[in-house]
Amino acid sequence: MSKQKQKFLEVSTGEHFTTGNHAAAEGALAVGCKFFGGYPITPSSEIAEHMALRLPQLGGNFVQFEDEIASIIGILGASWGGVKSMTATSGPGYSLMVENIGLGMMTETPCVIINVQRGGPSTGLPTLVGQQDIMQTKWGSHGDFEPIVLCPSSVQECFELAIEAFNYAEKYRLPVTLLLDETLGHMSERLIIPDASKIGKVERKKPKDSPEEHLPYKADDDLIPPMAVAGEGYKVMVTGLTHDERGYPNLNVETQDKLVRRINDKIRLNKKDIIRVEEYKLDDAEIAIIAFGSVARAAKGSVNRARKNGIKVGLLRLITIWPFPDERIEALAEQVKKIYVPEINYGQITREVERSVHGKTEVKGIFKLGGAIHNPQEILKEIEGDA
Amino acid sequence: MSRVEIRFAGFGGQGIGLMGRLVGEAVSLLEEGKNSVMTQSYGPESRGGASSTDVVIDEGEIDYPKATELDYFVVLSDEAYHKYIPKLKEGGILFVEEDLVTIDENAKKAKKIFKIPATKIAETLGSRLYANIAMLGFVCANTKDIFSEEAMITIMKEKIKARFVEKNLIAFQKGMEYKSDS
Repeated sequence: MSKQKQKFLEVSTGEHFTTGNHAAAEGALAVGCKFFGGYPITPSSEIAEHMALRLPQLGGNFVQFEDEIASIIGILGASWGGVKSMTATSGPGYSLMVENIGLGMMTETPCVIINVQRGGPSTGLPTLVGQQDIMQTKWGSHGDFEPIVLCPSSVQECFELAIEAFNYAEKYRLPVTLLLDETLGHMSERLIIPDASKIGKVERKKPKDSPEEHLPYKADDDLIPPMAVAGEGYKVMVTGLTHDERGYPNLNVETQDKLVRRINDKIRLNKKDIIRVEEYKLDDAEIAIIAFGSVARAAKGSVNRARKNGIKVGLLRLITIWPFPDERIEALAEQVKKIYVPEINYGQITREVERSVHGKTEVKGIFKLGGAIHNPQEILKEIEGDA
Repeated sequence: MSRVEIRFAGFGGQGIGLMGRLVGEAVSLLEEGKNSVMTQSYGPESRGGASSTDVVIDEGEIDYPKATELDYFVVLSDEAYHKYIPKLKEGGILFVEEDLVTIDENAKKAKKIFKIPATKIAETLGSRLYANIAMLGFVCANTKDIFSEEAMITIMKEKIKARFVEKNLIAFQKGMEYKSDS
């Protein structure tokens, strides 16, 4: 980051040449994150390092906890203390966090988790890229919930989607995951941070009724309850047990049905607001590639090269991974004769694409199992081989 | 201008990462209308052994961020030379630290080979640590489509610690002035 622009401002306005990890950290600071709780892990450690430097300058707090379990609980607590909070980790750390990401879903606690993916399972490839945590971010914790997961593919987008992750977390009251990968986290390119006045910030809804009348989990028509936090005079009830509008444990079929339906529907009914994709040269495409993260850049390279060779290929880049853009993909299936899905895993998004197309077109995954991103030529070869 | 790919490589401790960072930054922030992406080898090898950093430059959007076929290969160690020379494209340009790299028949595909005793030049300034910057000066003087002298000097003044700036600027100048005999 350029030196002169970085002194004690939440928003480091200016042009920088920096990494995805630093850009994501700066995005979090720009939208007002004031608490980071985490445990360093490659390839995400630069986020913790940057937050440890920057948060104290801004009156925020940085805590390095004993592990990832404490880290996620710490950021839930910070959120209930009234500040925007986050953590950053990689696959193995995310595995430790999933139980309490579920607690965050059940207690409707706004916070952000950045997962910079490396190759797995287990310790796997600590220093090398993977995209193998797609399903973990969806199904990692037990029970029914609808997560929001965003997936940037440039340094600029790491910054912008960090902001959006916080905004969705605050708006819909849930933990939101920002899914990077090692390539993106560690590569440097231009980042333009706008003026502070241009940063769109969403803050959680506050109760409008009196502390006496207030019910902590009584949702408005949008299915989202206003959130009072500790110290504001309102009752604050936080439990992972099935709870009623008062926040009291109430372990029966009706309460469970009402609560779990609501925390899912608040996301399902707002898919249009949440789902984002980039469409690249799809208008006249006969073949489509669906890709995300750093691999989407290689896919774009394949589209450009294929077009030069006269093959009409387009790219649908997934920016929101969850909720999944089923409808957009089904519409695409009616247009193209084949969809290729390059990803650095053994078919996680490919299976979702197959599910979404309802047999209307052929779907072919191009898998790398971790350690390197596809290069444009590899994807192109696959397409040309079939043509 | 179309896509240009450069790899800097050597062993851990030669400041290979800094070379890539300075070039990437000079291009992205100071060269009008150009984009750059910098990636680094990131693993056990960056703590000893062959270390490398790639810079991709283009006027348009840079899709694939890594190097595929090197237009330029700038190398400061024998191990790195052998590891990466297959990536140099036919007709590419090779820059070598002549006292640390022994080229072989693989270098024949290069359109041009520039040789410089960058470490010896650095030692005249009191430390071999300036070898990377002397090499950058040499690269700057012998290429047209990577970065300009002005941009690099501006970035060095901004990025390098104040007490080392002067010596690095001299190293850069000496690299610029060095005439390769091949």
